[in-house]
Amino acid sequence: MKSYLPKIISRGHPSTIMSYWAPVIAIFLTLLTGSIIFSFMGFNPLFALHTFFISPISTSYGISELFLKATPLALIGVGLAFCFKNNIYNIGAEGQLTMGAIFGGGIGILFSSLDVNGFWVLPIVILFGAIGGAFWALIPAILKIKFNTNEILTSLMLVYIAALILDYLVVGPWRDPQGYSFPKTRPFNESSRMPLLFEGLRIHFGLILTIISILVSWFIFSKTILGYQLKVSGLSPKASKFAGFSQNSLVVLTFIICGSFAGIAGVGEVTGPIGLIYRDISPNYGFTAIIVAFLGRLHPIGIIFSSLIIALTYLGAEDAQLFMQVPQAVGFVFQGLVLFYLLGADLLINYKITFNKKEIYEF
Amino acid sequence: MKIILNYILILPIALIWSSISLADPLKVGYIYIGPPGDHGWTYEHDQGRKYSVNKLGDKISTTYLENIPENADAVRAIRKLASSGHELIFTTSFNYMDQTLEVAKEFPNVKFEHATGYKRADNVSTYSARFYEGRAVIGHIAGHMTETNTIGYIASFPIPEVIRGINAFYLAASKVNPDIKIKIIWNFSWYDPGKEADAANTLIGQGADIIVQHTDTYAPCQAAEKAGVMAFGQASDQSAFCPNAHLTAIIDDWGPYYAERTEAVLNGTWESIDTWHGMKEGMVVMAPYNTKLMPSKLIQEAVNMEVAIKDGSLHPFTGPIKNQAGEIVVPAGAVADDGMLAGMSFYVEGIDGDVPQ
Amino acid sequence: MNFDLIISIINIVLIATTPLVFASMGELITEKSGVLNLGVEGMMLVGAVTAFVTLVITENYFLTFLIGTLSGVIMASLFAFLVLILMSNQVATGLALTIFGIGLSSMIGKKYIGTPIVGVSPYYFIVFSFILVFLISYFLYKTKSGLILRAVGESHTSAHAQGYNVIKIRFLSIIFGGAMCALAGSYMSIAYAPMWQENMVAGRGWIALALVVFATWKPGRALLGAYIFGSVSILQMNLQGFGVRIPAQFFVMAPYLATIIVLVIISNDRLRIKLSAPACLTLPFFKGR
Repeated sequence: MKSYLPKIISRGHPSTIMSYWAPVIAIFLTLLTGSIIFSFMGFNPLFALHTFFISPISTSYGISELFLKATPLALIGVGLAFCFKNNIYNIGAEGQLTMGAIFGGGIGILFSSLDVNGFWVLPIVILFGAIGGAFWALIPAILKIKFNTNEILTSLMLVYIAALILDYLVVGPWRDPQGYSFPKTRPFNESSRMPLLFEGLRIHFGLILTIISILVSWFIFSKTILGYQLKVSGLSPKASKFAGFSQNSLVVLTFIICGSFAGIAGVGEVTGPIGLIYRDISPNYGFTAIIVAFLGRLHPIGIIFSSLIIALTYLGAEDAQLFMQVPQAVGFVFQGLVLFYLLGADLLINYKITFNKKEIYEF
Repeated sequence: MKIILNYILILPIALIWSSISLADPLKVGYIYIGPPGDHGWTYEHDQGRKYSVNKLGDKISTTYLENIPENADAVRAIRKLASSGHELIFTTSFNYMDQTLEVAKEFPNVKFEHATGYKRADNVSTYSARFYEGRAVIGHIAGHMTETNTIGYIASFPIPEVIRGINAFYLAASKVNPDIKIKIIWNFSWYDPGKEADAANTLIGQGADIIVQHTDTYAPCQAAEKAGVMAFGQASDQSAFCPNAHLTAIIDDWGPYYAERTEAVLNGTWESIDTWHGMKEGMVVMAPYNTKLMPSKLIQEAVNMEVAIKDGSLHPFTGPIKNQAGEIVVPAGAVADDGMLAGMSFYVEGIDGDVPQ
Repeated sequence: MNFDLIISIINIVLIATTPLVFASMGELITEKSGVLNLGVEGMMLVGAVTAFVTLVITENYFLTFLIGTLSGVIMASLFAFLVLILMSNQVATGLALTIFGIGLSSMIGKKYIGTPIVGVSPYYFIVFSFILVFLISYFLYKTKSGLILRAVGESHTSAHAQGYNVIKIRFLSIIFGGAMCALAGSYMSIAYAPMWQENMVAGRGWIALALVVFATWKPGRALLGAYIFGSVSILQMNLQGFGVRIPAQFFVMAPYLATIIVLVIISNDRLRIKLSAPACLTLPFFKGR
């Protein structure tokens, strides 16, 4: 019997063309699977896909919301790229985001309650946000290099601890005296808040910070010794010893960069669209950003696109709920699918599939 | 890239679609914090929505958005309802407060109703229920029914509503049973069935024979059923899940209010108001009392209490009330005013432990 | 403290810890073969909802646990296909599996939230969880198959050179891991708190993952770790119940802090970790190389 079995063969070197085509193939397959799911649920697939992927961004407000949602995702995602490139699995960015909001937001609340104003307030607030995130990221970094503890675990535990610290602060010492004892702080004064970029839209200065961070990261990755070393160290930790930084300082450095980016994202959320601090400041941006980082294949430009795609799945899930009465969970299904397909399609970058005309005899 | 391409392909269909959507009935939108099936907080809001649909029929059409987090996302969700032709929007959780006002400012012609908040505007009303009236009734029942004089209380977060509930419960319970002890576990979540079951079992292990909860799932009630002790349901009648433990439950009945406010928009009589309704107006209702567990005399007492609360002759926070330090906060003969109740953040005398802060 | 109270605390700790034991045992086998699957939480949720729905429809406990466990096998096969055949990144694929599981379980369970069911006694599972730990220890350290499994995790190239089918062994390990995670989920929705609520696993999958690392990939120690975590969680509730005057947030924090502290103590012994950590964890295997 004649059979055409697919066979996976290494390309020897990664295919540049395929690294551009893989995301396109992945998105196409996601849309295809999505339309099959929607048809099963009894919807016209074209209408459903339109509702999910087009209608949320069919207005200028919608596009602004897409960027607003993508801002923290991209910022944290690019920070995580530093860690992941170095084979450091920091999965606690959510905690670092929370700490950034606590530090930066705390300073903002202090300035607001003392009625201190001025152009210099916001930079201090942002700086403290970065310090807060970096501080929280330093804990797993130091535990790793001093005590050899696994960073996946410690960074994850610190997420829960940061959330409870935030809880303690908004219920207790930082509670708004005029807030009827509700667990939230007073609102920030205007000078501690991220300025809006356009009147009537919610995108704010955090977007500019994110773009700058991405450009700087891109520069570091492609043009500096640190970037080169991250690449080498990720492939083989031993090899990197011969270049500039020691493996330990590389661990600390990547954690600090990642933590400060997450911290800025956190302070950007509270001083941006939210305007005060309370318990529920982030819909798991720190965890979602891990997907964003991998979907953007740890490349700053890729992360811009992946953050927009993931942001769109959130917006789309809201529209699907509103216009089609589909449970919001569909958004998560899409996020999972797009990542599955992309990771699967990545195969094509390093390997090719050939259909050998090999004869197989079956008995 | 792909997205833009798609846009071009699907645009014509989109235009056709948007031109056939009619805006004839009044569109009413709801924002939910959880899924409508939680059999707790969101479930009752959804029952209220259904009630208004039944009452007003095809004069209205309703939409809801579930699982909307109380952060920056809420603005977009509320705005989506406002910009898609909804003329009345109910936002059903406290932390939607600033977000509701933010959207309301942008849509002056849309009416907003925010649950449990305190900030209003010309097109933003607030509404809440005096759940503490129900807490007083179950406190009275618990005071009589307990044999170990120990009540287990599972609390979620230390917000005024929860603390008010604990105090109202304890004041009523200690009135009929001065020896009563209340053990409180703060879970710091509204929604973790496993943890709620653990907390219930822990309290039962410490000698509690009645479990009171201020969290959202029916796990504590189930745990009580299994352990053979008694429990009170939360937010909705949970007797289906624990028929032999369920004494009664405090039900939040939002239906009449939702129907009334929707009708006001239909008639053009809607105004921004602050509503804090209780048993009198039917916003707080007691689930059927368990006749198998409770003696008929006690049921009668509970019913009498409901009547007294309704006609105003009984207020759960009637002085003298002391705080834990023994200072009088409500003098004898007076009742706590709504301002004090709204911001309550202390335990009354007799409750052990500190309010977490 | 009286005797009854101690018995009751032990009882609650047993009930609360068992899902962590199942999930961490499954993940331990997966990781021992050299694969890290971060999809534990997602597989637990799908297991929980599948078991619940099966029980509502069939009212048959045997079928419930069979199909519940099977759902984990399917989820794990998806993961295995991606990471073993298509050689995708394990961390990213695992996360995708969790997110997919959260979405899928909510969609499946939508219609069934709030359906009353009759739960099953948790004690069978508690007993089984201890037997499972024993069996896994025996398997890993006393049988030839266990040796092969560890060899594959240690060095897939040499295992391959000795003629073992690395892909097949890893596939089976991942599937076993998925089955155990789904069993943990089924236990949660049928025995622990018999109900289905969206996201009801509430982070236990992540704790189970943490426990495997915490245990330095040793079954007995994972069991111990799970019980330390469970005991601290239940103990903090007891202290709250007794009205100990410390802010409740710090009690709730205790299990997480304890995990970090114990981890620091254990990990300091680098040699011991090196001895039991699968050297090939997260590394893809490709025959052509």
